[in-house]
Amino acid sequence: MTENTTTHADLLNLVGAKRDTAAFESLFEHFAPRIKAFMMRRGVASEVADDVAQEAMVNVWRKAHLYDSAKSAPSTWIFTISRNAHIDLVRKLQRPELDPNDPALVPDAAPDAPTMIGAVQDADRVRNAMSHLPEEQREVLMLSFFEDKPHSEIATQLNLPLGTVKSRIRLAFTRMRTRLGDAQ
Amino acid sequence: MTIHHHPLDDLLLDYASGAQHQAWALCIASHLALCPACRARVSEMENLGGGFLDQIRPESMSNGALDHVLTRLDDLVPDNTAGPRTAPTHRADGPVLPEPLRSYVGGDAETLAWRRLGRGAYQYIVPLSEPGVTARLLRIPAGKPVPEHSHGGLELTLVLQGAFTDQTGEYGRGDLEEADAQLSHQPVAAPGVDCICLAVTDAPLRFSGLAARIVQPFLGI
Repeated sequence: MTENTTTHADLLNLVGAKRDTAAFESLFEHFAPRIKAFMMRRGVASEVADDVAQEAMVNVWRKAHLYDSAKSAPSTWIFTISRNAHIDLVRKLQRPELDPNDPALVPDAAPDAPTMIGAVQDADRVRNAMSHLPEEQREVLMLSFFEDKPHSEIATQLNLPLGTVKSRIRLAFTRMRTRLGDAQ
Repeated sequence: MTIHHHPLDDLLLDYASGAQHQAWALCIASHLALCPACRARVSEMENLGGGFLDQIRPESMSNGALDHVLTRLDDLVPDNTAGPRTAPTHRADGPVLPEPLRSYVGGDAETLAWRRLGRGAYQYIVPLSEPGVTARLLRIPAGKPVPEHSHGGLELTLVLQGAFTDQTGEYGRGDLEEADAQLSHQPVAAPGVDCICLAVTDAPLRFSGLAARIVQPFLGI
């Protein structure tokens, strides 16, 4: 468990509970340049990437009281906010998302049932498991996240059949689940 | 309700990364509303996204970016629109259509203005902002087949009410079938209740059978 991720969770909780602007500034200094870099890797021009990073951090402020460190690591939570800001501002779409208060939603199993939901330690283990993947499997995962490409575009870029890209993704996750299961 | 047919990891990954077309994402998100196991898989994938964010080399923000953001914070109210569930709200007799699908079509299944498709079947086209992939609700009478058709591309079918059977198996509420260009399938709705499903495809449906091909242009399918 790295010290940084625990500290970021504390900062998020301070923003959520007390609207602590000093804590927010620390989060901004760490995450905004990374969100901007993430967007630029996705082909977004640097001025627009700067705007997306600012918008994402505004949403971090607005939603900090909803952050639950037992459910996700800070960087994971901020990744999802950044992803949604990209869809909203750059693709100009509404992202289809389930509603946690929907009566049709089938709820999670009991809280102590074994799941792979990431908390601070699990996020590190997931990243560690990924580092052990064969290069061609890690490559398709990175293209999915870094360059925001659906697997049809990845196939074109890597000059591979679509089926090969799909099976590499599936193999990658099977391998990671095996490794993470062994590490319990 | 036990789900046996789930989206494979490549579909879930496209959803988790944010790269997915809105029509496929609508189908995946609606399956996720019914499937805690797949929600857990998407969370694992979001952990990867968090890992990438941690490890990427940062790009400096523009001068004054922080100040600009700080001035915006004063006017903001906290966002409670997507809060955690405050109490168990799930009802077994709840809506047929889960969110987000229900909001995309503007109401539950019985409120929609279904269009006749022929042979007792009905459809409702889902309005989307992103072109190129179509999403439609289908309602097939119990025990009846959907006219045989094949696919030029990919089709996802999510069952919301009733069930259907084809040569790949039986699909009930929450089950998702992925069919590619090779599959010419003939789904038949199970007896008992109408089968309602969300069908998403990036190719025009080609209904084989002479009568169906004559009628097809008039039905806009």
